[in-house]
Amino acid sequence: MNYTGIRNNETIPISTIPELDYSSFLELNVFTLLNTAGSHCVSYFGFPWFDKIKLICCIAKDEQNSICISSSVIDMKQPLPSFSNYKLVFEKFEREIHENFGINYTDHPWLKPVRFPFNRFDKSSNIANYPFFKIESEELHEVGVGPIHAGIIEPGHFRFICNGEQILHLEIQLGYQHRGVEQLFLDKKKLLQRVVLAENIAGDSAAGHTVAFVNLWESLCKFQPGRDLQLSRTIALELERIAVHTGDLSGMCTDVAYQLGSAVYGRLRTPVINYFQKWCGNRLAKGLVRVGKNNYPITQTLADELLVLFEEYEKDFEEISEELFSLPSTLARFEKTGVVTTEQAALVGTVGMSARMSELKRDIRFSHPHDLYPELRHEPVLRNQGDVYSRGRIRKKEIDQSMGYIRELIQNLPSVEAADQLGNPIPNSFAISLVEGWRGEICHCAITGDNGDLIHYKIKDPSFHNWLAMALAVRNNEISDFPICNKSFDLSYCGHDL
Amino acid sequence: MFNNLKIVLHQGKQYIPDIATAQVPGIFRGRPVISTLNVDEAELVEICPTNAISGNPLSIDLGRCVFCGECALAYPDKIKFTTDYKIATNDRQKLIIAEGKDEPVDLNPELIRKEISSYFSGSLKLRQVCAGGDGSCEMELNACSNVNFDMGRFGIEFVASPRHADGVVITGPITSNMAQPLQICYDAIPEPKIIILAGTDAISGGIFEGSPALDRDFLRKYKIDLYVPGNPIHPLTFINGVLQLIRKRI
Ligand code: SF4
Repeated sequence: MNYTGIRNNETIPISTIPELDYSSFLELNVFTLLNTAGSHCVSYFGFPWFDKIKLICCIAKDEQNSICISSSVIDMKQPLPSFSNYKLVFEKFEREIHENFGINYTDHPWLKPVRFPFNRFDKSSNIANYPFFKIESEELHEVGVGPIHAGIIEPGHFRFICNGEQILHLEIQLGYQHRGVEQLFLDKKKLLQRVVLAENIAGDSAAGHTVAFVNLWESLCKFQPGRDLQLSRTIALELERIAVHTGDLSGMCTDVAYQLGSAVYGRLRTPVINYFQKWCGNRLAKGLVRVGKNNYPITQTLADELLVLFEEYEKDFEEISEELFSLPSTLARFEKTGVVTTEQAALVGTVGMSARMSELKRDIRFSHPHDLYPELRHEPVLRNQGDVYSRGRIRKKEIDQSMGYIRELIQNLPSVEAADQLGNPIPNSFAISLVEGWRGEICHCAITGDNGDLIHYKIKDPSFHNWLAMALAVRNNEISDFPICNKSFDLSYCGHDL
Repeated sequence: MFNNLKIVLHQGKQYIPDIATAQVPGIFRGRPVISTLNVDEAELVEICPTNAISGNPLSIDLGRCVFCGECALAYPDKIKFTTDYKIATNDRQKLIIAEGKDEPVDLNPELIRKEISSYFSGSLKLRQVCAGGDGSCEMELNACSNVNFDMGRFGIEFVASPRHADGVVITGPITSNMAQPLQICYDAIPEPKIIILAGTDAISGGIFEGSPALDRDFLRKYKIDLYVPGNPIHPLTFINGVLQLIRKRI
């Protein structure tokens, strides 16, 4: 075998990952493994390995619920053919490897900076001199937006090339949010520090990233979480999905000037995040998820309150949704706006909601289920138009689905068992954890050294894949439709920049 | 049309009538109260992920605390987080809560610049700059203007351009990559202008303190008019803090 097949949340000795020469490594990942619709790259990264770089590629096989791990050790100075030249899904990953270690790809189509990390290889490249794509033309003009935007959102720069009102091309330049998160995972040695870091990777996905981290860490320590822990984590993820989807529907209404929808969805979100506060003391679920222990088990009272909340929420949610998705003025703005075709989605390797809107069946809850998802037998909600309307409808349907799951899960509350003692991470290991956050697939990978210390930590937010889909979606749309396109994807800047 | 009217009717009243006395639901972690009980201080100090706890005598610095709650879970008789959300202040020292003290955190009137109440008491327009914030404080700042908290009723609003603003609200630990855009934005705001730091990340760097990817020089150059702790901040903390800052005193 030239790769090791593992399951989600499995820890293996790093020595069991086959180490291939670069050309076989390329051959395997680009041509052999990515051969079915259900195969996609969940992470591909490099890290210092003695005086060389070790590359690890993780290809998920959705049909087999397994992840194929392979590796190759390369010399930093040696120019290499790129994976991206054959399959565009590797584009961002290779840019990152290039940016971090200076690996020179000879045939990469778009070898530009990703996020200008503090430890980038080429210190002379900085965020103020990003090499934008340019067109020399009398007719066309450029529009630059950001890094600071009009509303209260995170920074990022959008550079449009337009023909009149029409967008021909959008280039997205990120990196402004770079806080050095991955390095901090190594530098901060206390476990609680790392959990808090995970909670702060992306505030709208506090549950998503923290569950990814704790599942990974528990796997590294051979700790088996009890049912009450898994229940809390599953509910936290689904509740986060409901909260953010509701907020996004509000934002989408704002961007098409449907004031009533904006206000109603906005206020519907409030009791959901307030529920997090009742449960764990924080409206965005920070403090809720911990390694090896459950500070806030779901009690019968909490479960009952949730049922009451859903009952009240549902009435108004269904009413406003019915209106939003039948109102001619909103439909005129939603339908056929910001389209990503199935082919495009597959080409750039979108994940999560941004894949499902274009009929790509990508959903970790279905393909690599963890915590209590195996019991839920999740069936992803799919659409096939890939437009703003689809992204709105998916949110609506997924909220209904999530409420159903939570109702099912809290029917029988498990008793809270005293957890086992948490041990130390196994030395010289590799572990991977995949979680379907509301935005899509979150992937955390860890590698430990001789004494069990972390020697590498790799985070991938779904936005890493999906920003390019957003850039493609706005092509040929009017520039005035950019805000609604952007909001309908609602991608993360900090999750991307790390 | 009728559908929309019906929907409006179904919403009832959503706004919080009194922003200063509203109760937050559940187990919110607001201002901590530390008892004088004797505990193993060294162990308690060691728990904290952000060095917010100091020993002898024991204190918690809300400018560093990420409100993870672990200290209070480990030593429930020593540390209790109350639901008192009014923890914003203009005095960095007042964010340090000492043991045996159960007093509200408020603003130091001496430190409020005169022009603030004369210019901004009836209307304050703010420009928000996220400089490495994780999106959570940003969401809560947006929530300040929603139908529940309705900050607009006090004349406090977020605006799109620094040219229209009276001050800047900074979130996030201030990344090196955002240092320059932040400076440019601040320079574009006409005088007099204020600076508000929203969230623990902005106040001290929070869990990101010490990261080589930050550049916090900006903060050393100017007077900070308001510190709003939280991870993220609570809308009520923000609104009450700002109101205390701008309202005319007798
Ligand atoms: S709640 Fe604050 S003081 Fe207590 S351990 Fe957490 S960060 Fe430290």
